[in-house]
Amino acid sequence: MKINEIIKNIPGKVIAGEEFLDKEVKTAYCGDLLSRVMAHGPQDGIWITVQTHTNIIAVATLVEIACIIVPEDIPIEANTIEKAIEEKIVLISSPLPAFQLAGKLYEIGIGKEQ
Amino acid sequence: MTESANNEDLVMVQTYEIEAGNFTLAGEAASNIKKLLRQLGIDAKIVRKVSIAAYEAELNMVIHSLGGIMRLEITPKEIVLKARDDGPGIEDIELAMQEGYSTATELARELGFGAGMGLPNIKRCSDKLHLQSKLGQGTYLEARFFL
Ligand SMILES: Nc1ncnc2c1ncn2[C@@H]1O[C@H](COP(=O)(O)OP(=O)(O)OP(=O)(O)O)[C@@H](O)[C@H]1O
Ligand SMILES: [Mg+2]
Repeated sequence: MKINEIIKNIPGKVIAGEEFLDKEVKTAYCGDLLSRVMAHGPQDGIWITVQTHTNIIAVATLVEIACIIVPEDIPIEANTIEKAIEEKIVLISSPLPAFQLAGKLYEIGIGKEQ
Repeated sequence: MTESANNEDLVMVQTYEIEAGNFTLAGEAASNIKKLLRQLGIDAKIVRKVSIAAYEAELNMVIHSLGGIMRLEITPKEIVLKARDDGPGIEDIELAMQEGYSTATELARELGFGAGMGLPNIKRCSDKLHLQSKLGQGTYLEARFFL
Protein backbone atom coordinates (compact mmCIF):
# COMPACT_ATOMS: atom_id res chain seq x y z
CA MET A 1 0.00 0.00 0.00
CA LYS A 2 1.25 3.49 -0.78
CA ILE A 3 2.03 5.79 2.14
CA ASN A 4 -0.45 8.40 0.92
CA GLU A 5 -3.25 5.83 1.08
CA ILE A 6 -2.17 4.79 4.54
CA ILE A 7 -2.20 8.29 5.97
CA LYS A 8 -5.81 8.74 4.93
CA ASN A 9 -6.59 6.19 7.63
CA ILE A 10 -4.67 7.75 10.49
CA PRO A 11 -4.84 11.24 11.98
CA GLY A 12 -1.60 13.16 11.72
CA LYS A 13 0.51 15.37 9.53
CA VAL A 14 3.44 14.87 7.21
CA ILE A 15 6.46 16.69 8.62
CA ALA A 16 9.01 15.69 5.98
CA GLY A 17 9.26 13.70 2.79
CA GLU A 18 6.02 14.98 1.24
CA GLU A 19 7.34 14.07 -2.21
CA PHE A 20 7.87 10.39 -1.34
CA LEU A 21 4.33 9.56 -0.30
CA ASP A 22 3.86 7.31 -3.31
CA LYS A 23 6.33 4.79 -1.86
CA GLU A 24 4.95 1.30 -1.35
CA VAL A 25 5.12 -0.23 2.14
CA LYS A 26 4.01 -3.65 3.27
CA THR A 27 4.88 -3.84 6.92
CA ALA A 28 5.63 -1.85 10.05
CA TYR A 29 7.59 -2.11 13.29
CA CYS A 30 7.22 -0.54 16.74
CA GLY A 31 10.26 0.03 18.91
CA ASP A 32 12.30 2.64 20.73
CA LEU A 33 15.52 0.73 21.31
CA LEU A 34 17.63 1.63 18.33
CA SER A 35 19.73 -1.50 18.05
CA ARG A 36 16.60 -3.66 18.20
CA VAL A 37 15.32 -1.63 15.26
CA MET A 38 18.69 -2.14 13.54
CA ALA A 39 18.14 -5.89 13.95
CA HIS A 40 14.44 -6.16 13.13
CA GLY A 41 13.38 -2.92 11.47
CA PRO A 42 11.51 -3.46 8.22
CA GLN A 43 13.18 -2.66 4.93
CA ASP A 44 10.85 -0.35 2.96
CA GLY A 45 8.46 -0.35 5.91
CA ILE A 46 7.03 1.99 8.54
CA TRP A 47 8.65 2.52 11.94
CA ILE A 48 6.64 3.82 14.91
CA THR A 49 8.84 5.33 17.62
CA VAL A 50 8.72 7.87 20.45
CA GLN A 51 12.37 8.73 19.84
CA THR A 52 12.75 12.06 18.06
CA HIS A 53 16.47 12.86 18.00
CA THR A 54 18.46 12.88 14.74
CA ASN A 55 19.76 9.38 15.20
CA ILE A 56 16.37 7.93 14.22
CA ILE A 57 17.02 9.21 10.71
CA ALA A 58 20.41 7.50 10.64
CA VAL A 59 18.77 4.26 11.74
CA ALA A 60 15.98 4.60 9.17
CA THR A 61 18.49 5.33 6.40
CA LEU A 62 20.69 2.36 7.26
CA VAL A 63 17.81 -0.10 7.64
CA GLU A 64 16.10 1.46 4.60
CA ILE A 65 12.90 2.26 6.45
CA ALA A 66 10.61 4.35 4.24
CA CYS A 67 8.55 6.17 6.84
CA ILE A 68 8.73 7.06 10.53
CA ILE A 69 5.58 7.82 12.53
CA VAL A 70 6.03 9.63 15.84
CA PRO A 71 3.01 9.09 18.11
CA GLU A 72 1.27 11.23 20.72
CA ASP A 73 2.14 14.52 19.01
CA ILE A 74 5.60 14.35 20.53
CA PRO A 75 7.50 17.43 19.33
CA ILE A 76 10.14 16.53 16.76
CA GLU A 77 13.49 18.29 16.87
CA ALA A 78 14.28 20.65 14.00
CA ASN A 79 17.55 18.79 13.33
CA THR A 80 15.65 15.58 12.86
CA ILE A 81 13.25 17.14 10.37
CA GLU A 82 16.15 18.61 8.40
CA LYS A 83 17.91 15.27 8.33
CA ALA A 84 14.74 13.46 7.24
CA ILE A 85 14.39 15.82 4.28
CA GLU A 86 18.04 15.29 3.40
CA GLU A 87 17.78 11.50 3.60
CA LYS A 88 14.40 11.31 1.83
CA ILE A 89 12.62 9.70 4.78
CA VAL A 90 8.90 10.36 5.24
CA LEU A 91 8.32 11.70 8.75
CA ILE A 92 4.79 11.77 10.15
CA SER A 93 3.50 13.10 13.45
CA SER A 94 0.28 11.62 14.82
CA PRO A 95 -1.78 12.34 17.94
CA LEU A 96 -2.50 8.61 18.41
CA PRO A 97 -0.45 6.50 20.81
CA ALA A 98 1.77 3.77 19.30
CA PHE A 99 -0.65 0.96 20.15
CA GLN A 100 -3.57 2.61 18.36
CA LEU A 101 -1.39 3.51 15.40
CA ALA A 102 -0.22 -0.07 15.05
CA GLY A 103 -3.79 -1.32 15.34
CA LYS A 104 -5.02 1.03 12.63
CA LEU A 105 -2.19 0.07 10.30
CA TYR A 106 -2.84 -3.62 10.89
CA GLU A 107 -6.54 -3.15 10.26
CA ILE A 108 -5.89 -1.80 6.78
CA GLY A 109 -3.59 -4.70 5.99
CA ILE A 110 -0.10 -3.47 6.88
CA GLY A 111 2.05 -6.28 8.27
CA LYS A 112 -0.59 -8.97 7.88
CA GLU A 113 1.29 -11.08 5.39
CA GLN A 114 4.83 -11.64 6.57
CA MET B 1 46.94 -10.80 15.99
CA THR B 2 44.77 -9.42 13.25
CA GLU B 3 44.68 -10.28 9.63
CA SER B 4 45.21 -7.46 7.23
CA ALA B 5 43.94 -7.24 3.71
CA ASN B 6 46.64 -8.09 1.24
CA ASN B 7 48.00 -4.74 0.09
CA GLU B 8 47.96 -5.68 -3.57
CA ASP B 9 44.28 -6.46 -3.34
CA LEU B 10 43.30 -3.23 -1.68
CA VAL B 11 40.95 -1.37 -3.94
CA MET B 12 39.99 1.35 -1.55
CA VAL B 13 40.56 2.53 1.99
CA GLN B 14 38.53 5.11 3.88
CA THR B 15 39.00 6.32 7.42
CA TYR B 16 36.51 8.09 9.65
CA GLU B 17 37.25 9.85 12.90
CA ILE B 18 34.70 9.08 15.60
CA GLU B 19 34.15 11.62 18.34
CA ALA B 20 33.21 10.38 21.80
CA GLY B 21 29.91 11.60 23.23
CA ASN B 22 28.74 13.41 20.11
CA PHE B 23 25.24 12.03 19.63
CA THR B 24 24.38 14.57 16.95
CA LEU B 25 27.11 13.41 14.58
CA ALA B 26 26.66 9.76 15.53
CA GLY B 27 25.77 7.61 12.54
CA GLU B 28 27.42 9.96 10.06
CA ALA B 29 30.33 7.61 9.33
CA ALA B 30 28.01 4.65 8.82
CA SER B 31 25.82 6.72 6.48
CA ASN B 32 28.87 7.75 4.47
CA ILE B 33 30.02 4.15 4.28
CA LYS B 34 26.63 3.12 2.99
CA LYS B 35 26.64 5.80 0.29
CA LEU B 36 30.14 4.86 -0.80
CA LEU B 37 29.37 1.13 -1.05
CA ARG B 38 26.24 1.91 -3.03
CA GLN B 39 28.16 4.09 -5.45
CA LEU B 40 30.63 1.27 -5.92
CA GLY B 41 27.78 -0.99 -6.96
CA ILE B 42 28.23 -3.48 -4.13
CA ASP B 43 25.36 -5.96 -3.70
CA ALA B 44 22.50 -4.32 -1.78
CA LYS B 45 22.30 -7.08 0.84
CA ILE B 46 25.96 -6.72 1.68
CA VAL B 47 25.68 -2.94 1.75
CA ARG B 48 22.91 -3.27 4.32
CA LYS B 49 24.93 -5.65 6.50
CA VAL B 50 28.10 -3.54 6.41
CA SER B 51 26.09 -0.39 7.14
CA ILE B 52 24.39 -1.92 10.17
CA ALA B 53 27.68 -3.21 11.55
CA ALA B 54 29.38 0.13 10.90
CA TYR B 55 26.58 1.96 12.69
CA GLU B 56 26.78 -0.27 15.76
CA ALA B 57 30.57 -0.03 15.89
CA GLU B 58 30.42 3.73 15.45
CA LEU B 59 27.78 4.18 18.15
CA ASN B 60 29.74 2.00 20.55
CA MET B 61 32.69 4.32 20.09
CA VAL B 62 30.51 7.38 20.60
CA ILE B 63 28.77 6.00 23.69
CA HIS B 64 31.32 3.80 25.41
CA SER B 65 34.77 4.93 24.29
CA LEU B 66 37.02 7.96 24.37
CA GLY B 67 36.80 8.16 20.60
CA GLY B 68 38.69 6.48 17.82
CA ILE B 69 39.05 5.72 14.15
CA MET B 70 36.93 3.57 11.90
CA ARG B 71 38.51 2.24 8.76
CA LEU B 72 36.87 0.63 5.76
CA GLU B 73 38.92 -1.55 3.43
CA ILE B 74 37.55 -2.84 0.18
CA THR B 75 39.19 -5.61 -1.80
CA PRO B 76 37.83 -7.70 -4.67
CA LYS B 77 37.04 -10.49 -2.21
CA GLU B 78 35.83 -8.79 0.93
CA ILE B 79 34.97 -5.66 2.83
CA VAL B 80 36.76 -5.19 6.13
CA LEU B 81 35.55 -2.82 8.82
CA LYS B 82 38.07 -1.88 11.50
CA ALA B 83 37.23 0.18 14.56
CA ARG B 84 39.95 1.14 16.98
CA ASP B 85 39.42 3.35 20.00
CA ASP B 86 41.50 4.93 22.71
CA GLY B 87 39.86 3.27 25.67
CA PRO B 88 38.67 2.58 28.28
CA GLY B 89 38.44 -0.98 26.94
CA ILE B 90 36.06 -3.85 27.67
CA GLU B 91 36.58 -5.87 30.82
CA ASP B 92 34.80 -9.07 29.79
CA ILE B 93 34.35 -9.52 26.04
CA GLU B 94 32.25 -12.66 26.35
CA LEU B 95 29.81 -10.79 28.58
CA ALA B 96 29.79 -7.77 26.27
CA MET B 97 28.86 -10.05 23.34
CA GLN B 98 25.76 -11.31 25.15
CA GLU B 99 22.42 -9.98 23.97
CA GLY B 100 21.01 -7.59 26.54
CA TYR B 101 24.25 -6.80 28.33
CA SER B 102 24.86 -3.06 28.46
CA THR B 103 26.66 -0.51 30.58
CA ALA B 104 25.09 2.42 28.70
CA THR B 105 24.41 5.51 30.81
CA GLU B 106 20.97 6.78 31.68
CA LEU B 107 21.37 9.57 29.11
CA ALA B 108 22.23 7.11 26.33
CA ARG B 109 19.30 4.89 27.34
CA GLU B 110 16.88 7.79 27.16
CA LEU B 111 17.93 8.26 23.56
CA GLY B 112 17.18 4.61 22.82
CA PHE B 113 20.66 3.16 23.10
CA GLY B 114 21.66 0.44 25.52
CA ALA B 115 19.58 -2.54 24.43
CA GLY B 116 22.77 -4.56 24.51
CA MET B 117 22.20 -5.62 20.92
CA GLY B 118 24.95 -3.75 19.09
CA LEU B 119 27.73 -6.29 19.26
CA PRO B 120 25.33 -9.20 18.62
CA ASN B 121 24.06 -7.27 15.57
CA ILE B 122 27.62 -6.89 14.28
CA LYS B 123 28.21 -10.58 14.77
CA ARG B 124 25.02 -11.49 12.94
CA CYS B 125 25.74 -9.19 10.00
CA SER B 126 29.39 -10.09 9.46
CA ASP B 127 31.02 -13.26 8.16
CA LYS B 128 33.87 -13.01 10.64
CA LEU B 129 34.21 -10.92 13.77
CA HIS B 130 37.31 -10.30 15.80
CA LEU B 131 37.13 -8.27 18.99
CA GLN B 132 40.01 -7.57 21.29
CA SER B 133 40.27 -5.20 24.17
CA LYS B 134 42.45 -4.25 27.04
CA LEU B 135 41.24 -2.26 30.02
CA GLY B 136 42.93 1.11 30.14
CA GLN B 137 44.10 0.79 26.53
CA GLY B 138 41.22 0.41 24.16
CA THR B 139 39.17 -1.81 21.94
CA TYR B 140 39.81 -3.11 18.44
CA LEU B 141 36.99 -4.53 16.40
CA GLU B 142 37.39 -6.10 13.00
CA ALA B 143 34.44 -7.35 10.98
CA ARG B 144 34.72 -9.06 7.59
CA PHE B 145 32.10 -9.34 4.91
CA PHE B 146 32.81 -11.70 2.03
CA LEU B 147 31.86 -10.50 -1.42
N1 LIG C 1 34.19 0.46 22.00
C1 LIG C 1 33.83 0.09 23.25
N2 LIG C 1 34.54 0.55 24.31
C2 LIG C 1 34.20 0.19 25.57
N3 LIG C 1 33.17 -0.63 25.87
C3 LIG C 1 32.45 -1.12 24.85
C4 LIG C 1 32.73 -0.78 23.49
N4 LIG C 1 31.85 -1.42 22.71
C5 LIG C 1 31.05 -2.13 23.52
N5 LIG C 1 31.40 -1.96 24.82
C6 LIG C 1 30.78 -2.60 26.00
O1 LIG C 1 30.02 -3.70 25.58
C7 LIG C 1 28.64 -3.55 25.98
C8 LIG C 1 27.72 -4.18 24.96
O2 LIG C 1 27.82 -3.48 23.72
P1 LIG C 1 26.57 -3.54 22.71
O3 LIG C 1 26.90 -2.71 21.55
O4 LIG C 1 26.21 -4.95 22.46
O5 LIG C 1 25.39 -2.90 23.58
P2 LIG C 1 25.16 -1.37 23.99
O6 LIG C 1 26.05 -0.50 23.18
O7 LIG C 1 25.29 -1.25 25.45
O8 LIG C 1 23.65 -1.15 23.59
P3 LIG C 1 23.07 -1.03 22.08
O9 LIG C 1 24.21 -1.29 21.14
O10 LIG C 1 22.02 -2.06 21.99
O11 LIG C 1 22.54 0.36 21.96
C9 LIG C 1 28.48 -2.06 26.17
O12 LIG C 1 27.41 -1.73 27.04
C10 LIG C 1 29.83 -1.68 26.76
O13 LIG C 1 29.90 -2.02 28.12
MG1 LIG D 1 26.15 -0.70 21.11
